[in-house]
Amino acid sequence: MNVNKKLTPMKEQEPHERRNNFFEVPLGYTKEEAILEASRCLQCPTHPCIEGCPVHINIPAFIKAIKEEKFDLAIDIIHESNLLPAVTGRVCPQEEQCQAVCVMGKVGDPVGIGRLERFVADLDLEKRRKGEVTVPKKEKDNGIKVAIVGSGPAGLSCAADLSRMGYDVTIFEAFHVAGGVLVYGIPEFRLPKAIVEEEISMLSKMGVKFVFDFLVGRTRTIQGLFDDGFKAVFLGTGAGLPQFMHIPGENLGGIYSANEFLTRVNLMKAYKFPEFDTPIKRAKRVAVIGGGNVAMDAARTALRLGAEHVYLIYRRSREEMPARAEEIVHAEEEGIEFVLLSNPVRYIGDEKGFVKQVECIKMQLGEPDSSGRRRPIPIEGSEFTIDIDEAIVAIGTTPNPIIAKTTEGLKVGRHGEILVDENLQTSVKGVFAGGDIVTGAATVITAMGAGRLAAKSIDRFIKGEI
Amino acid sequence: MFKILRKEILGPEMVLMELAAPNVAKTAEPGQFVVVRVYEKGERIPLTIADFDRTKGTVTIVFQKIGKTTHLLGTKNEGDALADVFGPLGNPTEIESFGKVVVVGGGIGIAPIYPISRKLKSKGNRVISIIGYRAKDYVFWEEKMRSVSDKLLISTNDGSYGEKGFVTDVLKRVLEEEKDIERVFTIGPAVMMKAVADMTRPYSIKTIASLNSLMVCGMGMCGACRVTVGGETKFTCSDGPDFDAHLVDFDELMKRLNIYKEEEKLSFEKWKEEVK
Ligand SMILES: Cc1cc2nc3c(=O)[nH]c(=O)nc-3n(C[C@H](O)[C@H](O)[C@H](O)COP(=O)(O)OP(=O)(O)OC[C@H]3O[C@@H](n4cnc5c(N)ncnc54)[C@H](O)[C@@H]3O)c2cc1C
Ligand SMILES: Cc1cc2nc3c(=O)[nH]c(=O)nc-3n(C[C@H](O)[C@H](O)[C@H](O)COP(=O)(O)OP(=O)(O)OC[C@H]3O[C@@H](n4cnc5c(N)ncnc54)[C@H](O)[C@@H]3O)c2cc1C
Ligand code: SF4
Ligand code: SF4
Ligand code: FES
Ligand SMILES: [Mg+2]
Repeated sequence: MNVNKKLTPMKEQEPHERRNNFFEVPLGYTKEEAILEASRCLQCPTHPCIEGCPVHINIPAFIKAIKEEKFDLAIDIIHESNLLPAVTGRVCPQEEQCQAVCVMGKVGDPVGIGRLERFVADLDLEKRRKGEVTVPKKEKDNGIKVAIVGSGPAGLSCAADLSRMGYDVTIFEAFHVAGGVLVYGIPEFRLPKAIVEEEISMLSKMGVKFVFDFLVGRTRTIQGLFDDGFKAVFLGTGAGLPQFMHIPGENLGGIYSANEFLTRVNLMKAYKFPEFDTPIKRAKRVAVIGGGNVAMDAARTALRLGAEHVYLIYRRSREEMPARAEEIVHAEEEGIEFVLLSNPVRYIGDEKGFVKQVECIKMQLGEPDSSGRRRPIPIEGSEFTIDIDEAIVAIGTTPNPIIAKTTEGLKVGRHGEILVDENLQTSVKGVFAGGDIVTGAATVITAMGAGRLAAKSIDRFIKGEI
Repeated sequence: MFKILRKEILGPEMVLMELAAPNVAKTAEPGQFVVVRVYEKGERIPLTIADFDRTKGTVTIVFQKIGKTTHLLGTKNEGDALADVFGPLGNPTEIESFGKVVVVGGGIGIAPIYPISRKLKSKGNRVISIIGYRAKDYVFWEEKMRSVSDKLLISTNDGSYGEKGFVTDVLKRVLEEEKDIERVFTIGPAVMMKAVADMTRPYSIKTIASLNSLMVCGMGMCGACRVTVGGETKFTCSDGPDFDAHLVDFDELMKRLNIYKEEEKLSFEKWKEEVK
């Protein structure tokens, strides 16, 4: 058989155009393109791709269904393991997961599994918009109340599975909308919020209850939830505590954590200020500190808010950047300026308290550290400054400490991550945890995987099996 | 949605609202605050819980109309609903049996100082309250404050009611006259709290200020509210809002409160056009 070695291309907004708007960058496959791409799958009997996917979607089966134009079947297959395919098809680091092990990758490009997943998911959403909704099958209601804390991917998938098993599930969320990082962190141009909302609306249709503006640890303690009749609790509260470098000048006006910057723009829609009330600084020269996905998102967002120069300051070299390859390319195409092997040492402000310069020091790479990446070492005397009117610190986040602080006996690790056993049960009986709150900042799909495992464990816990 | 059950005009630009927020009321404590979003396109603004009623499931807020959001909120009436009332947030004020204490409230800050004074009193403290208003028209909650104070001292900037001057003028005298003051609590504009801190510092009286930093999330995940306390960066919403006033970098706090001055003006002007 003669298969195309090349991935079927997907149309994208042109860089010069998209850097001025918040619309999605990749535009999705047409039916013809999807079928063409699906026909590249070898239907390998060993299907390593399934193992590569953290939630083990039956990838060859859904791709076969696409090839045979059985799109309803394709979405059913995906939904068995993944509730939010329109999300994961867009944001999964496929090149490190399902596509990394795809057999086609040995002779050419791996099959575009994520793109195909997005295609069927979008088709399904379109059908739902026309009112053709298929709510997943459910067991009979058992009336047992389970509380889910946090509505990020971990909480949502845990809730969906428990609801399917017949439990009476309530999600408690601190913000006023569901989705976690999907709505407050990942920008509109990578993941349209309307799509997240549509995917999540399925849960309400299944009978999952949402309570917003509810901060567990303050509005109610975990014990308080048990007192209210919940039989088990799942914590999917994410890793939302922003880290700062603690260098001089970091509290000047115009310096944001990436979380604040992205929350203002994505969740509060500050990019539409003054139509929306939350303000954001429209800066001309922006420094973004960091080299991960969050830094790329912040940089590309700053550009769309009208910045003329966006400097991405990263202390290692390009090879070590933890961001997805695709996003680094997108950022570069749009004109983000990479300042590599450099690290900020202080910020300099004007008399009104606004940042006007960042002073950096050049770095060189030494021996590999515990993470296997070469350790950056400052080069003495190599300081230089960049004129800026805004800085966004994107050097990582750690688990939010509020629940640990207010829950007696809940064990946490060195970085505040909640410690769990193989069933994701914490040191407090009946309390389970998963996603970023356990692993530290990771990925959407691993959080979803954890949510699903926790659902199984909670079911076993309630049945007295663990 | 969170219904407004009662609205009361307390003075020029000052409004009280009692809101149906049973989840908040159930666990609220003096010193905590809520984050309110008035409507779909609204911003999140922090407002202190000035009172709460656990059985009725209500919390009371008192606010001063200064910009777009507080003015918009002021147009809402009994029966209307707010999009979000999130809380209770922040750490409750640490209240024990200290002995003799002084509470210093300025302007709108008098509302949140009331439940603190009430709890201080109920714990057997001798409470000396110093409250200051701009002028006579602005006086509110005088009787409420009197009922929870052993001694109540009132000042107005123009002398139209009580003593003429600032709360710090009164505080100066109290510090000279009274012995054994164990603790001072202060809530009001940042400049006022700074002045209070400067005044109690030479006496080494532990002074607690409830800071009013800019906020977005209110739960420790954005860092908008960061302040420098004793040389360290803290988050007002999750580490505070109460801090040792002698350690707070008030100058930085005041600069940070001004970050969005231009945008706030634009937003308010636009709104005034719209409601004309
Ligand atoms: C800017 C950015 C870009 C990213 N890009 C990608 C990407 O491209 N691909 C990818 O796979 N991953 C990406 N990630 C990572 C991914 O989003 C996270 O790993 C994932 O969202 C974690 O899911 P979670 O459910 O554990 O937590 P979260 O998504 O963080 O959700 C936690 C939820 O819990 C709520 N909460 C917290 N505390 C409480 C409490 N006490 N009470 C009630 N509610 C509470 C929060 O408000 C939040 O809604 C990105 C992350 C960021 C920040
Ligand atoms: C913990 C806390 C408790 C507070 N309690 C009260 C209270 O009980 N009553 C009351 O009247 N006010 C209170 N405030 C202040 C109140 O939040 C602001 O007055 C309000 O946000 C102004 O909004 P605006 O749109 O009307 O005015 P704007 O014109 O937008 O702003 C006017 C000024 O208010 C401050 N401000 C603006 N946005 C915010 C924000 N998101 N967070 C904090 N401050 C902001 C800034 O200093 C700004 O210059 C409190 C603030 C904090 C942090
Ligand atoms: S969920 Fe992610 S890892 Fe799994 S198949 Fe889809 S794109 Fe690949
Ligand atoms: S490994 Fe690649 S080619 Fe093989 S079944 Fe999976 S997707 Fe198809
Ligand atoms: S307001 Fe977001 S961290 Fe305090
Ligand atoms: Mg405002």
